[in-house]
Amino acid sequence: MNTTWSRFNIVSLVIGFAFLYLPIVLLVVFSFNESRLVTVWAGFSTKWYVSLFNNKSFIDAAWVTIRVGLISATCATILGTLGALALTRYTRFRGRMLFSAMIYAPLVMPEVITGLSLLLLFVAIGFDRGIWTVTLAHITFTMCFVAVVVQSRLVTFDRSLEEAAMDLGATPVTTFFKVTLPVILPAVVSGWMLAFTLSLDDLVISSFTSGPGATTLPMRIYSQVRLGVTPEINAACTILIAIVAVGVVIASIANKRREVQKARDEQAAARH
Amino acid sequence: MKSLGSFRRKFAPWNDPEAKPYISFENVTKKFGDFTAVDDLSLTIYNREFFALLGASGCGKSTLLRMLAGFEEPTAGRILLDGQDLRGIPPYKRPVNMMFQSYALFPHMTVEGNIAFGLKQDGMPANEIAARVAEMLKLVKLEQFAKRKPHQLSGGQRQRVALARCVAKRPKVLLLDEPLGALDKKLREETQFELMDLQMKLGLTFVVVTHDQEEAMTMADRIAVMDKGKVKQVATPAEVYEAPNSKFVADFIGNVNMFEGTVSTVVPGKVDIDIPADKITIRTDATRECSSGQTVGFAIRPEKIRLSRKEPANTSVNAARGELYDIAYFGDMTVFHVRLESGRIIKAASLNAVRTVEDPLGYDDMVWVNFDTDAGILLTA
Repeated sequence: MNTTWSRFNIVSLVIGFAFLYLPIVLLVVFSFNESRLVTVWAGFSTKWYVSLFNNKSFIDAAWVTIRVGLISATCATILGTLGALALTRYTRFRGRMLFSAMIYAPLVMPEVITGLSLLLLFVAIGFDRGIWTVTLAHITFTMCFVAVVVQSRLVTFDRSLEEAAMDLGATPVTTFFKVTLPVILPAVVSGWMLAFTLSLDDLVISSFTSGPGATTLPMRIYSQVRLGVTPEINAACTILIAIVAVGVVIASIANKRREVQKARDEQAAARH
Repeated sequence: MKSLGSFRRKFAPWNDPEAKPYISFENVTKKFGDFTAVDDLSLTIYNREFFALLGASGCGKSTLLRMLAGFEEPTAGRILLDGQDLRGIPPYKRPVNMMFQSYALFPHMTVEGNIAFGLKQDGMPANEIAARVAEMLKLVKLEQFAKRKPHQLSGGQRQRVALARCVAKRPKVLLLDEPLGALDKKLREETQFELMDLQMKLGLTFVVVTHDQEEAMTMADRIAVMDKGKVKQVATPAEVYEAPNSKFVADFIGNVNMFEGTVSTVVPGKVDIDIPADKITIRTDATRECSSGQTVGFAIRPEKIRLSRKEPANTSVNAARGELYDIAYFGDMTVFHVRLESGRIIKAASLNAVRTVEDPLGYDDMVWVNFDTDAGILLTA
């Protein structure tokens, strides 16, 4: 392997990462700006964070977002896992291709269309818009992501594990909870995390389906920005970035550790 | 009194007309779409028998095992276990346990957890479970590995955990799907004997599926040789080897020289077969009914053929001359390939019972092959 760094490679790397991260770095830096003007640096300060935590409408929106995220991610994970199970297990039923395609379709469906159709549905059945309609809408569009993640794990799942469990006297339900679920749990957890993140930063579908008293954080930020960008928003975004970044780093470290440990165990076992 | 094989068997319920079969397959057929995996098959297995289903991949042996375990239902026919019809009984209610080819150990449970799994499903009290698990660990000599996870074990250890797990419930029948397939040769040989000891000790009925004939011959009381969803022969290893009932079985088990010819004369007790292609006449014991002019097969194992430089006393039957074409030395025995004038290769094996030989045979030597009238098998099917 070539380990020397050519100048060309270094330049490519810098340009690439600058393209990706410069906007975010700017946002983070200016969240600590003393000045009210977003583009003029006037010294370090954390006052926008303080004022953010005193801004009731932001805090309320954050709570709504978290509640919607937790409930919708959990429901979407259950539904998506069940869907993935059905699609991988019953490979021979009529119209399986159609069902498969139908679970993938919402992934590429424009959000405006999903949002609009859900809005029409809620209006048609007379469902008052509020936190529950947002939650339902989020379940709808995140469950297919969960299904895709779980399905990719189930494809490599050794069916004989389930057969062994049943052979040893476990009913199908016990088999699912004692054997299948624990084995596919990492995929289910990453499906949940994906659903939660998607729900957390969704703006379009939330805007269509929310009602009074159910403003999510992205909606609050967006409406605030229309009145002008304040450093308060920079602070809110910085906190969001920090939460997501910490989550991703912890997940990948845990994953790496587990893999290293497993490889070491297997080597040790092979030496016997 | 002469008998087949090299030893006498004490356990032979299949010869006892009074003995009741423990497992019976009655005209069982299994179809997957258009494909017939098991074709109108009937078979009986006795209590405490070590029974092997032997065949190439795709012959239906695994399907048969899976039907017994309850993972597949027969399309037609029925399966009885200890007098009970198994139709409609789900796998988790059948008194059989299976050891999977992949072992199917639960990766998220320790060795103990794996062994205890089946016992927990039966609602056994915790202290009894602990005692049984300890007993099983001792049985497979894995006491110090109780707290390990499957990925922390070697292949041989995993195999023993899988065995302990399915024996723990004391099933009426233990099903083993290629139990030694994933082990290396040395370990496989050791484990064969361990399995046989275990079966004796526990007094269980074992049904093992294998494609390895040596494995089946070593371990099993009886072997069912299968092909295309049908049973070709069910017999003891010695019978399958020394008295195969068809060309297929003779060819499938071990090494064999196969001839095809026409019956020329039938004298009492003996049959003469003309093999025009090789210009030889074979005289063999009339172990099967046949009439003059009938086309028959004749199979003879390489170790039943004698090789010599000297011309045998009688060269009119069961003798041919050829050149030594290939020699395969295995240490314990040597297999000689003799090419007859017709170009046909005959395999003859001899045991290297002594370390040194005076004037050994070599490549291109002209030799005589000959054999006795009871050395080969007359085949009409």
